[in-house]
Amino acid sequence: MRYGEILTAGVLALFSIYLMVKSAELPIGFIRGQGPGGGAWPFWLSGIMLICCAMIALNWWRQTSPPSRSDEPFLDGHGWRTMVFVGGGLIGFIALIEIISMYGAVAVFLFYYLWFLGRHSLALSLTLSLATPLLFFFFFEGMMRITMPTGMSFTDPVFDFLYDIIY
Amino acid sequence: MSITKRALLQLSCAGLLAITPMAAMAQEWEPRRPIDFVIMAGPGGGADQIARFIQSVAEQHDMTSRPLVPNNKGGGSGAEALLHVNAASDPDHTLLVTLNSFFTTPLRQANLGIDIQTFTPIAMMGVDPFVLWMHVDSGITDFEGFLAQARAMNGEFVMGGTGTGQEDSIVIAFMSGAYGLDIKYIPYDGGGAVARDLAGQQIMATVNNPAEAKGFYEAGNFVPLLAFSDERLPAYPDVPTIRELGHEFSYYNQRAVVGAPGMSDEAAAYYRDLFTKVYESEEWQGYLQSESLAPLWMDADGQRAYWNTQVESHRVLLSRLDG
Amino acid sequence: MEILALLGDGMLIALQPLNLLLIIAGVTVGLFIGAMPGLGSVNGVAILLPITFLVPPSGAIIFLAAIYYGAMYGGAISSVTLGIPGASTAVATTFDGRPMALKGQASLALVTAAIASFIGGSVANIIFTGFAPVLASVALSFGPPEIFALMLLAFATFVGLGGEDIPKTILSICLGLVLGAIGFDQISGAPRLVLFDINAFLQGIGFLVLAIGVYGIGEMLWTIEQTRGEVENNTPKMTARGMASDARTALREGWKGTAIGSFLGFFVGILPAAGATPASLMSYGVAKMTSRNPEKFGRGSVDGVAAPEAANNSASTGSMLPMLTLGIPGSPTTAILLGGMVIWGLVPGPRLFVDETEFVWGLIGSFYISNMAALFINLAFIPVFIWMLRMPFTILAPMIFVLSIVGGYAATRDMFDIWLILIFGFGALVLRRLDYPLAPAVLAIVLGPIAEPTLRQSLLLSSGDPMIFFTRPVAGPITVIAIILILLPALKLFRRKKATPAIGE
Repeated sequence: MRYGEILTAGVLALFSIYLMVKSAELPIGFIRGQGPGGGAWPFWLSGIMLICCAMIALNWWRQTSPPSRSDEPFLDGHGWRTMVFVGGGLIGFIALIEIISMYGAVAVFLFYYLWFLGRHSLALSLTLSLATPLLFFFFFEGMMRITMPTGMSFTDPVFDFLYDIIY
Repeated sequence: MSITKRALLQLSCAGLLAITPMAAMAQEWEPRRPIDFVIMAGPGGGADQIARFIQSVAEQHDMTSRPLVPNNKGGGSGAEALLHVNAASDPDHTLLVTLNSFFTTPLRQANLGIDIQTFTPIAMMGVDPFVLWMHVDSGITDFEGFLAQARAMNGEFVMGGTGTGQEDSIVIAFMSGAYGLDIKYIPYDGGGAVARDLAGQQIMATVNNPAEAKGFYEAGNFVPLLAFSDERLPAYPDVPTIRELGHEFSYYNQRAVVGAPGMSDEAAAYYRDLFTKVYESEEWQGYLQSESLAPLWMDADGQRAYWNTQVESHRVLLSRLDG
Repeated sequence: MEILALLGDGMLIALQPLNLLLIIAGVTVGLFIGAMPGLGSVNGVAILLPITFLVPPSGAIIFLAAIYYGAMYGGAISSVTLGIPGASTAVATTFDGRPMALKGQASLALVTAAIASFIGGSVANIIFTGFAPVLASVALSFGPPEIFALMLLAFATFVGLGGEDIPKTILSICLGLVLGAIGFDQISGAPRLVLFDINAFLQGIGFLVLAIGVYGIGEMLWTIEQTRGEVENNTPKMTARGMASDARTALREGWKGTAIGSFLGFFVGILPAAGATPASLMSYGVAKMTSRNPEKFGRGSVDGVAAPEAANNSASTGSMLPMLTLGIPGSPTTAILLGGMVIWGLVPGPRLFVDETEFVWGLIGSFYISNMAALFINLAFIPVFIWMLRMPFTILAPMIFVLSIVGGYAATRDMFDIWLILIFGFGALVLRRLDYPLAPAVLAIVLGPIAEPTLRQSLLLSSGDPMIFFTRPVAGPITVIAIILILLPALKLFRRKKATPAIGE
């Protein structure tokens, strides 16, 4: 945790500097008769962020904030495993949206989570992971008229069929 | 196992059924998906109102087999909408409702990599004129009075608009250039906010579309002083045009529907037919009249040519603005 | 008296069988739309607009108003049960609503939200009925300097929101403000902070993208990690008697917050550009400041749920005022309602109140009826939401993830934003683990894009002279109060630090 605290403060400080540099593409000073330039607002706020990072680092060095005193690891073995499985699952979910459509990705993700991570029965996992996207389809496309990504063209027949039902 | 079989069965069923509309398509193209009806402005603005009106007309007369789904992408002066439509994965079901930022944004943001000539012309639904307005309480009733006041205030005369590079700022820049005025310009985030702050007299004058200021005009709060149209507007017959004052200038906001780059000819033909029907509908004709829009109907080639002339004239107008 | 007669006629219109049916349907649909993270009244109203061609204009706008009310009640539901604010107006509700749900008091939180919303809506309706035209001119007197002063006041309430660690709180606020500045500079029209030169950043980062990332993904990951996936299920079963006692508790402990929210909410809500988010935030801040037990806020205070909920309902009703009296949208939702009026052949504007009395009073009458219907329908559905909370965590968690992603897409319709949600989620997990408060960032991304342009518009008006915030009759006092409120905690801190060694001796 102690290590994580200073590392995060460092990353945030770098990000603040990046934001300051990026803001400086527009005028950051006070333009006479007009007020601050276009980059002033984000530039000076990023500057305050940088100062805050320095103060966090100071607190870390003096060990005055709870995370800087904690010897507990940022994530233990179990924590890392959970993050890889759940976080990885989410990355996979979003990556799949553009391939097998939003609804397909929802079904796959739910099944993965329920059956593999949640250790629920196969019947329950399958029912939930198939019923949810179907329900979503009728809610979003049928009622709300919000179209979700349909993925690559091989999913077309399924969607043509579904759209024929609701319109 | 049984479940997989069922899923397979469903899939094949779906495939079979899907062939039916495809067979029909051989004769005439029809949309098979909800149509992504992208609007180059946030909810509530003039462009949004028009897009929703068009959608409602199509809906009311059941003109499409799949609905037009309004999708507001107003971010970055329409850059968001242009990028979205430019990269549309399904160009046959993607339309864009444009205003003049269709011309100005690619000019101002060359790095977007947008070439508007790759877009597919569909329909020109009308053009929206601009009018100079002041508040009744200012006591000013004509353009001469406006000029006198603006000159007398010597740089302290405050006008509001929707932002540098936007339609109204172009008009204001031309006007100040032509009459040597020094005007303080306050940018707002939409035509509605501009009209509101004129009603509250936070600003002294605006250049708005008649549609945005009409309610206040009818209630007797706003006075129209000058129209930036070619001819006098039928709804405001006493308001002179800038042409009558000897300046070869007119400026309109285009209200056009454009298809995504790469739209098939069949789809384009379908949409042209659809929007011709909308255009000819009683509702749209009534809307044109009540909101003082001017008709400017033209075919696809005419629209492309129009885009070219608009891009060129905006290049000149924008350079004047920045310089 | 004339007003009462008009209102009576309006209510009778709203109570016609077809219109009543529309109200009930609208409220129910709105409730679920509002409860879905990502979707709000804007979506509901915009998308259901075409359906309204089936019924006459007065029925149509009544239906849309019912959806509007339903969605506002629904916003609290996802804040309490899922911990994801479905709209920026509901962020303040998570501060105490979520801790209450985690303590097993989800039903009390939901009942409090429903009752506070009802009272807030009713108070707003009554003020609206009596004083609409007067208030409209008050709203118009708010120009950019006044709005900025108001934003300053909203920021003042931030000071009490952060955690113990002051540099981390300030960093969080600034991060939110800077993220809100990404995209275009409204004043100069130039692109700004296009991070890594990715054009997709031109559209800016919306509130929902950050909120869903932080609460829907980050907070969930954090919970899973902390509890090792074994969240205790301490939500008790729902009974009719339990609900009745919840209602009594809500009234007894939350009356003060409700009262503050109802009145403050309305007056902030009628102001152009301000809207319900600062209203709910300011009410929360004021309720905390004036409370006898401010330390309970943030840990599950009933007042802490009542104040923002009363305020956001009251403010949303208030934001109808500029729409009806002046034809000016006070929020994106009312902007679309205005579009609807044009489609139905009405002319929005100052004449509407005079020329279309039947329509205007039918709408106001339906506000009263919708508000009442929303209370009962909401209370009736609370057991359903409680039942959802009682599901095993390994089912609830993936469902929340799916709702976050699908809802996030529905709101922005952009895959880039979905990836951003995920990145914010992972970032939030790290920051959460290190005790960075994140609520200030989420609120700052809403208030920043209002505060910065109004600041610069004001300075343009005054040719760069900052005295404009002090010399204008309305802006002046607000600015002074805001500055005092911001400096007060700093002074206290200074005094406490001085006092500490004395105690040590």
